[in-house]
Amino acid sequence: MPFSLQKTADTRVNVLYNMLRIAAIILILSVSASTITATGADENPLEDVKFEPGAFIFDHIGDAYDWHLFDIGGKHYSVPLPVILYTREKGLNIFMSHKFEHGYASYRGFRIITDGPEKGKIRVVREDGTIDPDAAKPLDLSITKNVTGMFFAALLMMAIFLTVGRSYRRNPMSPPRGVQSLFEPLILFVVNDLVKPAIGEKKYVRFLPYLLTLFFFIWINNMLGLIPIFPMGANVTGNISVAAGLAVTSFLVINLSGNRLYWQHIFNTPHVPLLLKLPIPIMPVIEIVGMLTKPFVLMIRLFANITAGHIITMGFFTLIFIFGEVSPAFGYGGSVLSVGFGIFITFLELLVALIQAYVFTLLTALFIGMAVDDGH
Amino acid sequence: MDLITPDFGLFFWMLVTFTLVFVILKRYAWKPIVQALREREENIQEGIDNAEKARIEIENVRIKSDKIISESIVERDKLIRQGREIKEKIVAEARVEAEEEAKKLVETAKKLIEEEKVAAVNQIKVQIASLSVEIAERILRKRLKEDTDQKELMNSLLEEFKLN
Repeated sequence: MPFSLQKTADTRVNVLYNMLRIAAIILILSVSASTITATGADENPLEDVKFEPGAFIFDHIGDAYDWHLFDIGGKHYSVPLPVILYTREKGLNIFMSHKFEHGYASYRGFRIITDGPEKGKIRVVREDGTIDPDAAKPLDLSITKNVTGMFFAALLMMAIFLTVGRSYRRNPMSPPRGVQSLFEPLILFVVNDLVKPAIGEKKYVRFLPYLLTLFFFIWINNMLGLIPIFPMGANVTGNISVAAGLAVTSFLVINLSGNRLYWQHIFNTPHVPLLLKLPIPIMPVIEIVGMLTKPFVLMIRLFANITAGHIITMGFFTLIFIFGEVSPAFGYGGSVLSVGFGIFITFLELLVALIQAYVFTLLTALFIGMAVDDGH
Repeated sequence: MDLITPDFGLFFWMLVTFTLVFVILKRYAWKPIVQALREREENIQEGIDNAEKARIEIENVRIKSDKIISESIVERDKLIRQGREIKEKIVAEARVEAEEEAKKLVETAKKLIEEEKVAAVNQIKVQIASLSVEIAERILRKRLKEDTDQKELMNSLLEEFKLN
């Protein structure tokens, strides 16, 4: 092993480290600075609003343009996040989300829709502040709550695994220490008990980087989703878009690694009567649908499990406020029960976080295993 | 935002984030980790194999030494037996020799005795001869005096001899 190569890799990791540190500092600074602006900017009273458990829960598990922290004295306190919009007419618009004042104001001709089927989306408004139904929908690349949560998870993941990777690079033979000893069993579990049996001894190494990234990306996002403190607690993996993104990567990896036999099974399935292929290609159609349902099911499973967990947890906590509206004493009494159940569900969710990461990775690995299987 | 409608912005950022994380971790984390884990695994396997090999070797040496010990025991027993046999043979030979020697001695002694006997008989013969001569002398001397005396003497002498 050439020593110089190892050294340059090490220095590159150090550069990455410094970048990570800078990113973390920027994140913290921007958050602390923007929290203050949010406090000042927001003066919309919440009085006389009846508590709606459904809306409350779905607001918490859904995505948002700002990161709501808490309400005190009828004021929203939230962290504004960057809104990035592009329309052909107005060009690129980048501004912080507190300009919208939680949907009460329009800014630069944009507004957040507050009700209806498109609730929560940003649309173009006319001069008088009403929504313009004829205008094209803006291309929305905003750094929303979920994107922020995901960025934080990605930073955390890189911080963890670059550290772990560095200690392996430095002393490959010494027993694991610190963070390394926390993650080594998990890495070994994914490598030896999940990927290796699913894909097979000969071909599994090529897919390890993707599957390890997938497993830890899902797991860490799931875990962070359970911690209700900024910048954690976003329902990232329980969002259909994120689950869809993961399913797309899974679909690409499975089909791009598929060998001749795999494609033969799809377009010319062996041991099947010819009438099922010609003149109407029933079998190929079924197989292609199967190709698509595999990642689709992965997406639905992850999304539904994580969202369900968040809904149940939130449900138990909303019970306190529902009881509280009946009478304060009832609310306090019910809170004991609700918190108890909430804790129980959170523990269950800790397990679900790992299981869903495991299932998603295992099924992807199995599908890859089928795609690269050469018939032995 | 609707719960089950995918949102392009989030989808886009998800793919960007995931790809970035994947590319960076692949290069700087997974490769060294997987490589190190495999190296370590191989190292441990090698250690186990070597220990097994050493164990087998020790076992072989033990078997060999046991064999050597048992062989040497057999050898020892054989030597002891041989020694005993040799001893017995020597003793037997010595006995035979001693017997022969004794026989020889006895024979020599017998011979000597015979010789002595012969010598003694000869001596006796000589004495008898001289006695006879003496007797004859005395008879002759008496004859010179009288016949009767002579006869009487002869008889008494004869009597004497008979008594001898």
